[in-house]
Amino acid sequence: MKPIVRFDKVTKSFGDTVILRDFDFELTPGERVVLMGPSGSGKSTVLRILMTLEDIQDGVVYIDDEPLWHEGVGNNLKPASDKHLRKMRGNVGMVFQHFNLFPNMTVLRNIIEAPMKVLKLSRKEAEARADELLARVGMSDKREAYPNSLSGGQKQRVAIARAMAMRPKLLLFDEPTSALDPEMVGDVLQVIKDLAAEHDLTMLIVTHEMGFARDVADRVCFFCDGQILEQGAPSKIFTDPAEDRTRQFLRMVLHEEPASEAS
Amino acid sequence: MLFGMSWDLTNDWTFAWSIIPMLLIGMKITIIATIFGFLIAMTLGLVFALARSAPTRFISWPVGFVIEFVRDTPLLIQLFFIFYVLPSSTGITLPALEAGILALGVQYSAYCSEVYRAGLQAVPNGQWEAARALNLSTWQTYRDIVIPQAIPRIIPALGNYLVSIIKDTPILSAITVMEVLHVANIIGDRTYRYMVPITMVGILFLILTLISAGFVKFIEKRLPRAGIAVK
Repeated sequence: MKPIVRFDKVTKSFGDTVILRDFDFELTPGERVVLMGPSGSGKSTVLRILMTLEDIQDGVVYIDDEPLWHEGVGNNLKPASDKHLRKMRGNVGMVFQHFNLFPNMTVLRNIIEAPMKVLKLSRKEAEARADELLARVGMSDKREAYPNSLSGGQKQRVAIARAMAMRPKLLLFDEPTSALDPEMVGDVLQVIKDLAAEHDLTMLIVTHEMGFARDVADRVCFFCDGQILEQGAPSKIFTDPAEDRTRQFLRMVLHEEPASEAS
Repeated sequence: MLFGMSWDLTNDWTFAWSIIPMLLIGMKITIIATIFGFLIAMTLGLVFALARSAPTRFISWPVGFVIEFVRDTPLLIQLFFIFYVLPSSTGITLPALEAGILALGVQYSAYCSEVYRAGLQAVPNGQWEAARALNLSTWQTYRDIVIPQAIPRIIPALGNYLVSIIKDTPILSAITVMEVLHVANIIGDRTYRYMVPITMVGILFLILTLISAGFVKFIEKRLPRAGIAVK
């Protein structure tokens, strides 16, 4: 099957700091991939490049065989125009660590804003779509509430509905539960699991939740210093990793509380 | 005699009563100068703010320079410049009141632009990122997300400048604008009684600024109901 996402020798740096160097990566349609690894290892950057929040310095990123950050074909690539980026962005949705809901809008308005303004749906169509999604994430009763009156877990569920309302082919999750109180984490992960079960949506998830990764992921990629150090089925990576660095990291994540206190 | 009206010098109270209509004529000019000056300031300020954060330096640097220049020179100099220098060097002649309004507007637009800029920058970057992830355009993001969130932060500061511009209008008397203090001064000159008219002008200004401050408070209170929430 043709990959939906392909990174071809991509280099990303901030000033002198190189985050990704000659990075290669592929996702097949419908695949659920979890990215793990120490902070600063470049996993969130992969997501942010795909969402066009960060540009790249070298290489080519393809979505559905079309260059994301470039226009043209073959060796004749030039930097993408705003128009091209807007077109490509329609394929991708993103759920952020800090939710980034719009506090000046109700939950409903948060969800229907982009479908109406970008996809040009009528208010009725957009609301129908929103209501269905709100029901699915268990937030129907908060339809008219403002984000500031919601808990973190509720906010994230709304944010997932908001991203889904654009019907992306590829949905990115950037540490969706890291900013949540522990008792909220389960709800949000359950929502993501349900989505994974119902849709053939491709998902790329940065998370340290191993139990969740085991349930949802087809593949786990372990990141280190801008490279994928090792990857494979979660059962393999979590029980019998080939690399010492992976083993070390997993041990740290398993004892998350003391580790995060120390940092 | 002033504006075809005469005063009654029997005692302070009759004097005060008799000059009220004259002071109100001056007050009208003060209010006109304030309102139009502030409208220019708010509009031009927004233009300055957006131009200063423009992506190309060819726009942002010159605009930044103009803003700093206007902010860091006295209003009186700008006033003289517009009223006296402009006609002689460019042939553009403005009537005193219009020149005064323009000077107030330009001076305060520089202050307002900083208020807007701070307000827009205070909107977290995550809001821009979420808007981009939803494929909203820059203009849609400003209009529906960033500006509505910036307004509650901007209004109180703009309100301060409204009060401040009211208090700066007497400077316009330097270019012969018949605003309220100038009127009071003329009355004093002609009657040799300054205490009553000047005190009355002070009270009139107090009333005007209190009303304005109340108006700003009223708007601030209304904002959350319009769905514009502050963090």
